[in-house]
Amino acid sequence: MRELHVSKITEAVKTLCMDANFYLGKDVEGRLKECLEQEESPTGKDVLRKIIENIDIGKDERAPLCQDTGYAVFFVELGQELRIIGGDFNESINEGVRQGYEDGYLRKSVVSDPIERKNTKDNTPAIINVDIVPGDKLKITIAPKGGGSENMSEVRMMAPAAGVEGVIEFVVDRVKRSGANPCPPVVVGVGIGGTFDKCAQLAKRALLREIGSVHVNPFYAELEAELLEKVNKLGIGPQGFGGRCTALAVHIEVHPCHIASFPVSVNMQCHVARHKEVIL
Amino acid sequence: MSEPKHITTPLTDEMVKDLKIGDSVLISGVIFTGRDSAHKRLIETLDAGEDLPVDLRGQIIYYAGPAPAKPGKPIGSIGPTTSYRMDPYAPQLLEYGLKGMIGKGNRSKPVVDAMKATCAVYFGAIGGAAALGAKTVKKAEVVAYEDLGPEAIRRLEVEDFPAVVVNDWRGGDLYKEGMAQYQKE
Repeated sequence: MRELHVSKITEAVKTLCMDANFYLGKDVEGRLKECLEQEESPTGKDVLRKIIENIDIGKDERAPLCQDTGYAVFFVELGQELRIIGGDFNESINEGVRQGYEDGYLRKSVVSDPIERKNTKDNTPAIINVDIVPGDKLKITIAPKGGGSENMSEVRMMAPAAGVEGVIEFVVDRVKRSGANPCPPVVVGVGIGGTFDKCAQLAKRALLREIGSVHVNPFYAELEAELLEKVNKLGIGPQGFGGRCTALAVHIEVHPCHIASFPVSVNMQCHVARHKEVIL
Repeated sequence: MSEPKHITTPLTDEMVKDLKIGDSVLISGVIFTGRDSAHKRLIETLDAGEDLPVDLRGQIIYYAGPAPAKPGKPIGSIGPTTSYRMDPYAPQLLEYGLKGMIGKGNRSKPVVDAMKATCAVYFGAIGGAAALGAKTVKKAEVVAYEDLGPEAIRRLEVEDFPAVVVNDWRGGDLYKEGMAQYQKE
């Protein structure tokens, strides 16, 4: 059985924390440039130009793109033929977060207790989602999540009779009610199905998909396109100052659900749509 | 977009009255950062009838908690946080003499009403363009509540800090009007 020492995980996570906060994906940058071409609002264009300039500064200076360097959220695929040795798996990730946020001059944005609200001062604990998969590799994806867009997210337990029209109404309304708060242009992650908790995670996982990709099921691919069109007709525009470009993409993930249930969730993501992965 | 207006802090009634929604501005001078926890303490101080640790009369508060500064830099990446969380505190600070706020996202009616009553202005900055934002900060020092870390009150000296007027002293709202202008169907 293949073995992997926890120190390798810590080292990889440390690098991921920094790189995710300094370097934005080419897919996001490319879509922002398309939006700049298409935007009709002069103020919206100016905002998009500054957002693109910011990406270059992040890259050149290894500076965090946003001061909110996020809650460190991880999606891990652990090969069932891999053995983690030398220590505690979860702690190896948390130690990587601790080192990455300290050495990268990233902001520590986690409080230990939601009522007491004392900063943990090292951005731990991380949120770690693990799936056991075939193989002997370890795939770690980090998606640092900012608070402003996360706060505009919602899960709704709808009646099955609401149907696809119910989904459209809820998603468009959620974006409309969010206005400038989640830092548009946004990426809209939509989860449909599963249970209450599973549904929220679907929406978050939807944010990891490459911008420009479409859902494998043509029905949902079409729904993604329809939702994007409707959202961009709202007029919210870059930073909510008015304009055509409110969302960069709408991504949907679906899962089977209970005969009585129809959960739908929206996870809002700002234009700093960060995620990075590594395979060990 | 028209040419940006240059303004230098502190703000006077006359300067505020010259601003209208949609105006692009470049702010220079001193501004103070303050967000959730700092606001809570400021209001507790006012309620106790004590003096604030910084004189905010005529000043601008920037709702922001920067990333740590790298060695040799005055500040780390800095951009606006969402303003509605400061809405419960803002009217009292405006009555005390605060003239401007910088953040992102819409304000409650009591805040907009207080801005009209006290002749104050709310600017929107670009959320998520914080590496760029740091370039406008020439000097930064913590002046109160150091224990709050990123939430401490910092005195920033800024040069040509870009922002857009979202709510003016007349009660105008760029978020509403901008959206109406570009809405389809």
